[in-house]
Amino acid sequence: MSGDVILRATGVTKRFGGDGFLTRSPVVQAVDDVSLEVRRGETFAIVGESGCGKSTLARLLMRLLEPTAGQVIFDGEDISHAAGPELTRLRRDMQFIFQDPFSSLNPRMTVGKLIGEPLEVHRPELSTGERRAKVGDLLRTVGLSDEHANRYPHEFSGGQRQRIGIARALASGPKLVIGDEPVSALDVSIQAQVINLLGDLSRDLGLTLVIIAHDLGVIRHMSDRVAVMYLGRIVETGTAAEVFDRPRHPYTQALLASIPAPRPEGEERAAHLLGEMPSPTAPPPGCRFHTRCPFARPECRTAIPELASADPGEDHRVACYYWRDIASPDGAARAVPRSEPAEARFALYRAAIEGGQVVHKPAGSAPAAPPAT
Amino acid sequence: MSSDHCPPSERPAGTAPADILRLTDFKLRFRGQSVATVNGVSLTVSAGEILCIVGESGCGKSVTAMSVMGLLPKGTSDVLSGDLSFMGKTYDLRRQNLPPHLRGNQIAMIFQEPMTSLNPAFSVGDQIAESVLQHQGGTRAEAMQRARDLLVKVGISAPDQRLKEYPYQLSGGMRQRVMIAIALANDPKLLIADEPTTALDVTIQAQILDLIDELRRDTGMGTMMITHDLGVVAEIADNVAVMYGGEIVEYGPVREIFANPQHPYTIGLMSAMPRLDRPGGRLAIVPGSVPAIENMPSGCRFRTRCAFANERCTERPLPKAAGSGHHATCHFAPLEDHIRVQA
Repeated sequence: MSGDVILRATGVTKRFGGDGFLTRSPVVQAVDDVSLEVRRGETFAIVGESGCGKSTLARLLMRLLEPTAGQVIFDGEDISHAAGPELTRLRRDMQFIFQDPFSSLNPRMTVGKLIGEPLEVHRPELSTGERRAKVGDLLRTVGLSDEHANRYPHEFSGGQRQRIGIARALASGPKLVIGDEPVSALDVSIQAQVINLLGDLSRDLGLTLVIIAHDLGVIRHMSDRVAVMYLGRIVETGTAAEVFDRPRHPYTQALLASIPAPRPEGEERAAHLLGEMPSPTAPPPGCRFHTRCPFARPECRTAIPELASADPGEDHRVACYYWRDIASPDGAARAVPRSEPAEARFALYRAAIEGGQVVHKPAGSAPAAPPAT
Repeated sequence: MSSDHCPPSERPAGTAPADILRLTDFKLRFRGQSVATVNGVSLTVSAGEILCIVGESGCGKSVTAMSVMGLLPKGTSDVLSGDLSFMGKTYDLRRQNLPPHLRGNQIAMIFQEPMTSLNPAFSVGDQIAESVLQHQGGTRAEAMQRARDLLVKVGISAPDQRLKEYPYQLSGGMRQRVMIAIALANDPKLLIADEPTTALDVTIQAQILDLIDELRRDTGMGTMMITHDLGVVAEIADNVAVMYGGEIVEYGPVREIFANPQHPYTIGLMSAMPRLDRPGGRLAIVPGSVPAIENMPSGCRFRTRCAFANERCTERPLPKAAGSGHHATCHFAPLEDHIRVQA
């Protein structure tokens, strides 16, 4: 992973509403003064609860929305207000993977057409035959096969549809792919397949990924760096290890503590964060989190804390006045210790899934079982 | 509902009083299909217990819960076998559903999406009071008072104001609290919760799980919770039933399931879950996806996705005990005694 910045947002703000002729609709401050950098080749995750503005931010980053204020720089170019041919070129370099593989694919187009469509737009020089070959390549890249090109989306399961969505996003040969909850609609076993696929793609194609998600396990697993959002602002950012293992912001800490996890025998359930996120139409003054923060002091209610690092050179930044006074909890989630035979079973499982040859032991060594053959 | 039946005398006797719910060998097939969607599920829920049924979409967990509630539409399915004992009374599900007066009264249910389960045209107070009036009678004022008490019980602040509000005015977590208040209206003995926190954010999910945990402690109600989230299971369950393809493949106390899982599907699910403490690398997956019900294999239903399956798995495995009330339905459990893997 090289260190150069592919995407930079500076002071990006997005407000919705406030218009209307006779009655003004309420202004929703969806994204408020967000600055971030995504480096080439990395997987950058934006995490937060519903309504925190993470999807709006994603749409701003790829110029599906225009920011009310601030700038988005992609590959050295200001794209905040890109239009026309510039926008078409941008679409080639930046693609989107949607959450719901059921509603994001046109049911009346074959998979071949769905994946071929972005090629028609962005690679008009390809002949029909070349395009068909490229669609086949893309299908194989995402773990499907050539003959799937003639089928319709309804013939596929959720995981396969998400693969089609990914192939479609890859068709134009993008440098950066933004995934808005790309695996959250999928079952655990399927989700793992898609997570592995995205990991392989980012490695093999040198793709930069921006992942929007609410599942902290998924984010921890996939991402290099993380930004935590609360009510339209980034409250903490850093490498995944920094944010997850040594969270500084009380909101990040509360978020991590809310992840359901086994509790040791006899231990009471820990107290969880109370209350709910205030409405973005009326964000509280000062630190947006102060209404739910157990550590809030008077200053927190008046001025918004800046996102800042402890040392100038440090990448781990937090927007909290008092993070130094707040003990960082043991970030790593608890897990039930597995028995030794169970660990052996997990090792067997992994070995078998990764292509090892499964040998059934003769019945003699297994007292409870009758012979297999 | 089904034409074949056994004489009443052959039915299992009443259950022990501690068991609130006992379901025995429940088999259900949807009309027009040749394979049973739920294939011999047996489970119990006792007082104060939280039983989690965990499995992926299409594994039959919701269908099982809906049948217990008698909520499956008439004429769409046939019960092939199954006895349901509730509070010591046994019902043969082939011929009868649970009596409707128990539904919403002694057995209550909450669903995944509280917005679609609440009526948008009635106030929160009216909807809770309706449930009270339906089963307990009394005056409207009494029912409203009860509704107010319930809102307090489920942790809703400013209950007097909330009583007059409509579902659209509430957040997702608040709506789920209202759903729980409705469910609790008649002090149910059994709560069936179908993915109650799936639509909620993680901090709100934690609050709702806290509430369910607290309520079962205070009221001693049994809870059957359906979820796909192993984290939720680990956090709240006493006992766990892992379902695959309409069958329970592993059943046991929660610590046993996590510390000593036996069935390849359980192990696969746990391997496929991204973990906070072991980031990076490739996840060990469960290959393929759940086959459509008509393509469900004979014998062990998991064998088409199982890395360890061989010809023996065409024979249906029986539950194999693994100690402390823990059993798994796999010919090769425990794996380390039966399997080697060569690199």
